[in-house]
Amino acid sequence: MRFLMVHRVDESLPDAYAPSAEVVAGVGRMIGEMTKAGVLLAAEGVRPSSTGARVRSSGGKRTVIDGPFTEAKEVIGGFALLQVRSKEEAIEWAARFAEAIGDVEVEVRQVAERSDFGAEAPPA
Amino acid sequence: MAVTASDAHRAIDAVWRIESTRLIAGLARIVRDVGLAEELAQDALVAALEQWPEEGVPRNPGAWLMAIGKRRAIDLLRRNQRFERKLAELGRELEGDGEEAVPDVDAALDDDIEDDLLRLVFTACHPVLSTEARVALTLRVLGGLTTEEIARAFLVPEPTVAQRIVRAKRTLAAARVPFEIPPRSELADRLSSVLEVIYLVFNEGYAATAGEDWMRPALCDEALRLGRILAELMPSEPEVHGLVGLMEIQASRAGARVGPSGEPVLLLDQDRRRWDQLLIGRGLAALERAEALGSALGPYALQAAIAACHARARTPQDTDWARIAALYEALAQLTPSPVVELNRAVAVAMAFGPATGLELIDALTSEPSLKGYHLLPSVRGDLLAKIGRFHEAHQEFKRAASLTRNERERTLLLERAAACARRSTPVPLAGRQDPTSPGDNAQGSG
Repeated sequence: MRFLMVHRVDESLPDAYAPSAEVVAGVGRMIGEMTKAGVLLAAEGVRPSSTGARVRSSGGKRTVIDGPFTEAKEVIGGFALLQVRSKEEAIEWAARFAEAIGDVEVEVRQVAERSDFGAEAPPA
Repeated sequence: MAVTASDAHRAIDAVWRIESTRLIAGLARIVRDVGLAEELAQDALVAALEQWPEEGVPRNPGAWLMAIGKRRAIDLLRRNQRFERKLAELGRELEGDGEEAVPDVDAALDDDIEDDLLRLVFTACHPVLSTEARVALTLRVLGGLTTEEIARAFLVPEPTVAQRIVRAKRTLAAARVPFEIPPRSELADRLSSVLEVIYLVFNEGYAATAGEDWMRPALCDEALRLGRILAELMPSEPEVHGLVGLMEIQASRAGARVGPSGEPVLLLDQDRRRWDQLLIGRGLAALERAEALGSALGPYALQAAIAACHARARTPQDTDWARIAALYEALAQLTPSPVVELNRAVAVAMAFGPATGLELIDALTSEPSLKGYHLLPSVRGDLLAKIGRFHEAHQEFKRAASLTRNERERTLLLERAAACARRSTPVPLAGRQDPTSPGDNAQGSG
């Protein structure tokens, strides 16, 4: 089963996108460990929300709001996609990843499989 | 929220899943016996199950387990006369550290955990063991699967698997198989034994059909995980990347190769939107790593390259059949087999026309090992039909139908035989069915 790990950052903090050398090293080590354990399928960090945008569709109308997303307390900081045997295993990796970053919340969500939608569903 | 005992147990399972391989590898280095190392690791797990629900999961659970395991190992080494010699060996190894042999196992361990993992891989897949034993032991000590899980995955009774593992450990001990990475001169052969075990596990999972225990398809994930681990441990071995690439690309089609009622869907008939692009990307990257290492491609990398030709094609029509035919030719030179020849003939027919492919197929009809193989007449019938020799095609499809053990396939083949029979006498063109399309292997659904 696959799990999505998303961590959020508080952009109001000065080090939101400028982590200490220690954090950089710790995160790098965790990525290495997940790779060596054969569980990491993909992982990326994202740039500040000021370089991003929110796109909304409503009633056939499209709205594009450029960042930064100042109203949000925390914004997405990055993600990882893991292939593991159980939710608990995903949680254990997420906890280790979070500890490497320091004070952070990591959301762990199971990736939906085709069977979740029934056989007739269109492909993902 | 209160942590219940069962929560703790599930957390311990997860830690075990992550740590057990390194734990067993590190302990095997101390006791020089994989079977014993696994038992010591189990002891450590039991200690965790006793202590963690009460005291909580320690901050560094892997180190905790290793500390317990090492303590038990050292106790055992001290106590047991049987291990006197091993203790002496260990003492010599650690001599540089000072007067006492035992206390400084730590330092020796931590540096070399990756080498220990490799030693464990090569020991579990040692040629002194039967293939079945290698598979069971690999899944147990490297995959962290329980005996029960292995039994469910391979559709055999649990005691059978337990027996296999016990015997495998005994065989390793009796044969005094050293816990080591094979010397250069043996490495190629020993590595191919490892890759064979991993690919066998993958194929067992790939052969699983709908409705079977979920542990069976989970074997594909397990094999992929083992392959990815090995690729990190042996980054300069092209065939390791080749195998990983092959498995990633094959796994990418998992969602497309079975139809709504569980029937296999041939490669060229698959809905390519259902192919997993993440796995394809990983597979192509693994193949690139194999190619970048410079030497001529080995059998796994060649098969990965063939699979990559399909993965790169947006539509079946875009398939580079000429390249596939050339890759099969290279594969036939490395690992000559009538089945590879049959696949090559299919690719040649797709690239250069059915008549050219038919020439190659005709050369195979006298091949004794393909005598009862339904795909030979099936492919031959397909090519004959394409060049209008319907009477012969009819005969071939009927023969193929009589040889297959798959009911659904037999029905399909008989339909095609009947269609050819209709066309072998002058009748209108209506009702012609699409020919069964070959895949990247003659079985087609891969």
